[in-house]
Amino acid sequence: MEAALSLFFKAVFVENMALTFFLGMCTFIAISKKISTAIGLGIAVLVVQVITVPANNLILNVFLKENALLEGVDLRFLGLISYIGVIAAMVQILEMFLDKFVPALYNALGVFLPLITVNCAILGGSLFMVERDYTFGESVVYGFGSGFGWALAIVALAGVREKLKYSDVPQGLQGLGIIFITVGLMSLGFMAFSGIQL
Amino acid sequence: MINKAQREVLVDPLVDNNPITLQILGICSALAVTSSLKTALLMAIALTTVLAFSNASISSIRNHVPSNIRIIVQMTIIASLVIVVDQVLRAYAYDTAKQLSVFVGLIITNCIVMGRAEAYAMKNGVGMSFLDGIGNGLGYSLLLIVVAFFRELFGSGTLYGYEVMKLVKNGGWYEPNGLMLLPPSAFFIIGLLIWGIRVWKPAQVEQPDFKIHEQHGH
Repeated sequence: MEAALSLFFKAVFVENMALTFFLGMCTFIAISKKISTAIGLGIAVLVVQVITVPANNLILNVFLKENALLEGVDLRFLGLISYIGVIAAMVQILEMFLDKFVPALYNALGVFLPLITVNCAILGGSLFMVERDYTFGESVVYGFGSGFGWALAIVALAGVREKLKYSDVPQGLQGLGIIFITVGLMSLGFMAFSGIQL
Repeated sequence: MINKAQREVLVDPLVDNNPITLQILGICSALAVTSSLKTALLMAIALTTVLAFSNASISSIRNHVPSNIRIIVQMTIIASLVIVVDQVLRAYAYDTAKQLSVFVGLIITNCIVMGRAEAYAMKNGVGMSFLDGIGNGLGYSLLLIVVAFFRELFGSGTLYGYEVMKLVKNGGWYEPNGLMLLPPSAFFIIGLLIWGIRVWKPAQVEQPDFKIHEQHGH
């Protein structure tokens, strides 16, 4: 339990997907103009991450690992293509499921759901899971933690940007430039968590 | 040999239409691999290769793919190319590939590749798409190398592993700035670079959402 908690906090704060590993940056910057949409996207990423990281963990252990499927066969080179396939399929299934059973959430997420397939935070989560050799239980915790950390970061940035649009920014820095500086400052703030030992 | 349209496709993405600073594509990896020149250079080569070949192959089948499954087809092509690049790197540059860790795999979801496939390769011929891939790859590489140059020079006093500014701990004069090796510095450098480019090319400046009212009578 303690180990799980420590992994969770590490995934949320110390190794924040967006602010320390720069994953999912494109959507992070493109879709953080309003807090409400940022929350929707954050929840969508969290849900997909919680499903895909453990799913890919199963794929890795059941099919791809050395000697897993057939004795003496190592299929790990097929990893990348199967992970992205799982992610695309999961997003599609989730979309159909939400459309049928939870239309309110489906409408709220709208166009973001399909976009999540190409969000690097999702694939990044699975790849980190592979690289660090997480067990199934750990991958569930890690998926939840990293998704939550990403959601937290995008909501925080959206909050800053809603205020930022009223401020007087130098001409060339307007738009993209000032966002990068803001994210840099946020990332600097998150660096403070890196000393935490649980 | 090379006509004007071809040259434009090749040179335009360097500054005027840079994938990172203007199109906001492919930022993730741009930041993560730039703490040293070596990793940045390897990443730039890997991405440019994938981008050029994925553009060319997607363009060659653009008239045969039904539009509702095109994303999956593009994904498959890109993922296969990335697997090839990944295996080659593991075979010939194992140590650097280890440092790049997950970021080679993440070329699959790098928005430059998908973005150029959708925006250019689906509408243009094979040759031009290949050039567009190289051009955008070079634009990306240029930014990556500039950022990595500053981060490595000031962060560890070296360039491509060679000591340029002698460090204090080796009996020299330069105290390395550790912040440059940490993630926030990458954001600052790209932010400032964008500022620089937009001062140089004012056409790229974005219109503000709100105009602050000028004060009169002072």
